[in-house]
Amino acid sequence: MVKMNMTEKILAEAAGLREVTPGEIIEARVDLAMTHDGTSPPTIRTFRDIASRGGPARVWDPERIVMVFDHNVPANTIGAAEFQRVTREFAREQGIVNIFQNAAGICHQVLPERGFVRPGMVIVGADSHTCTYGAFGAFATGMGATDMAMVFATGKTWFMVPEAMRIEVTGEPEGHVYAKDVILHIIGEIGVDGATYRSVEFTGDTIESMDVSGRMTICNMAVEMGAKNGIMEPNRQTLDYVRARTGREFRVYSSDEDSQYLEDHHFDVSDLEPQVACPDDVDNVYPVHRVEGTHIDEAFLGSCTNGRYEDLKIAAEVIGDRRVHEDVRFIVSPASREIYLKALEDGIIETFIRAGAIVCNPGCGPCLGAHMGVLAPGEVSIATTNRNFRGRMGDPASSVYLANPAVVAESAIEGVISAPQQEAGNGC
Amino acid sequence: MEGIIRGRVWRFGDNVDTDMIIPGRYLRTFSLDELASHVMEGARPEFASQVRKGDIIVAGRNFGCGSSREQAPVALKHAGVVAIIAESFARIFYRNAINIGLPVIMAKVDADDGDEVSIDLRSGQIRNLTAGSEYRMKPFNDYMLSILEDGGLVNHYLKTIDTGISGDEG
Repeated sequence: MVKMNMTEKILAEAAGLREVTPGEIIEARVDLAMTHDGTSPPTIRTFRDIASRGGPARVWDPERIVMVFDHNVPANTIGAAEFQRVTREFAREQGIVNIFQNAAGICHQVLPERGFVRPGMVIVGADSHTCTYGAFGAFATGMGATDMAMVFATGKTWFMVPEAMRIEVTGEPEGHVYAKDVILHIIGEIGVDGATYRSVEFTGDTIESMDVSGRMTICNMAVEMGAKNGIMEPNRQTLDYVRARTGREFRVYSSDEDSQYLEDHHFDVSDLEPQVACPDDVDNVYPVHRVEGTHIDEAFLGSCTNGRYEDLKIAAEVIGDRRVHEDVRFIVSPASREIYLKALEDGIIETFIRAGAIVCNPGCGPCLGAHMGVLAPGEVSIATTNRNFRGRMGDPASSVYLANPAVVAESAIEGVISAPQQEAGNGC
Repeated sequence: MEGIIRGRVWRFGDNVDTDMIIPGRYLRTFSLDELASHVMEGARPEFASQVRKGDIIVAGRNFGCGSSREQAPVALKHAGVVAIIAESFARIFYRNAINIGLPVIMAKVDADDGDEVSIDLRSGQIRNLTAGSEYRMKPFNDYMLSILEDGGLVNHYLKTIDTGISGDEG
């Protein structure tokens, strides 16, 4: 019997095979497919092209498709409005009832929250950060519109079984050091293409004891080192989270003890400092003290990486009763309506508003540079997001630093990149 | 798919990301002309107005990293680019390009802007005709090559269901 890791076991099951090996091309059953307001219309157009040329005219299973409007909500251009109209009409025509239109949240937050994500599933999304669901022990990966149109038509897709990398994380970080710092540090070491085409399995006591929010932050950024998927064995907190949100059955997979990995990496994060990814690559990572004092024009707290309740709470505690620096725009966008409401009830949103922040509705916000605050030439943002590519958040001559919620909040107050002084508890 | 592709080179470096290829703010359109008018704006603003049908991109590592937006290879193809040679590609971009029938070729090639390059997809040989140098590409796997030869994933699939090789789930 071939020893297999979690990803291989899930893919073998989905392909109806007893075993799979890296490099093998398989046809896999898809359990769930997701598109958002940006990627639904190109998918729909290709689906209609397939239908007009003799392919299926109906999607394979409307209950296994989820559509979330999050990139441009509410629509900020006529083009965005038209994209949403086309998507809405298609959903109605095809009987796709799981469509979230009115700022329910970012797709990668809405799907787990609403119980669509369970361990052991094969989930494909027309969004690169679909790898987030690996935090729940699912195989999840991003794809483009043509691949997704084929999934809509057939319920299947092809994969090359990826070579695997194992990243073990141990130690308890202290102070304002969080999951974001762990993954930025890892990407800084592995590189932006260090895991290209590969499956990345995160293990170790830091991961095993980490809350769901932190696990999602880490798997979310697996694609930033090129990975096909990031994956973690579900821990107790993850299983509790899933069971509280769905009554449906699922299967938990574990990697065989002596399964093979192309590379093994170990990171001890006990003495880690808060990390910052500097422009214009996600692996351009330094400890925060190296960039403290850097001028900023904008600070953004939100995104599928760090827009969860835990992230908002950390930032609000750092801010306390202080006010945002007069030269800084501090933009906050909770990752979902559920998070927004809880943060509102707990006074967290009030803290932001009293501090002078701009609190936006749930959605991707300014992360992709198309909506809710874009950068002028020469401007600088520090953001809790996942990409600091040149021009990502606005003009090509603007720049982005990536950091954890505490560093972003402190920087918003100070007007320059700063690390919070107050002692925090165990960050992870 | 052409057996031999020959064209003029546009040279790019490492980590050309999808925001450079087509920024997020230009994506909400069905017009391919509109997409192509902004292609590579973030990396080389002159590219969109000067690229010609039949041009070839030669780049370094990790071409196409970032978003799953298929508009990135679509915009390049519509603008006239007939092949991209890079040391490595980000996987979603690579798959998207194959799916729309745009050859993406893995090879480390020395070439400058304006050089003439030829690519023999079947033999795997790449020639820089200006510099007089030769290179080998990493071969395609059979499955991807069959998609490319059919002109993309949709054509490949329709051909398969027409011949009854695979079941029609519709």
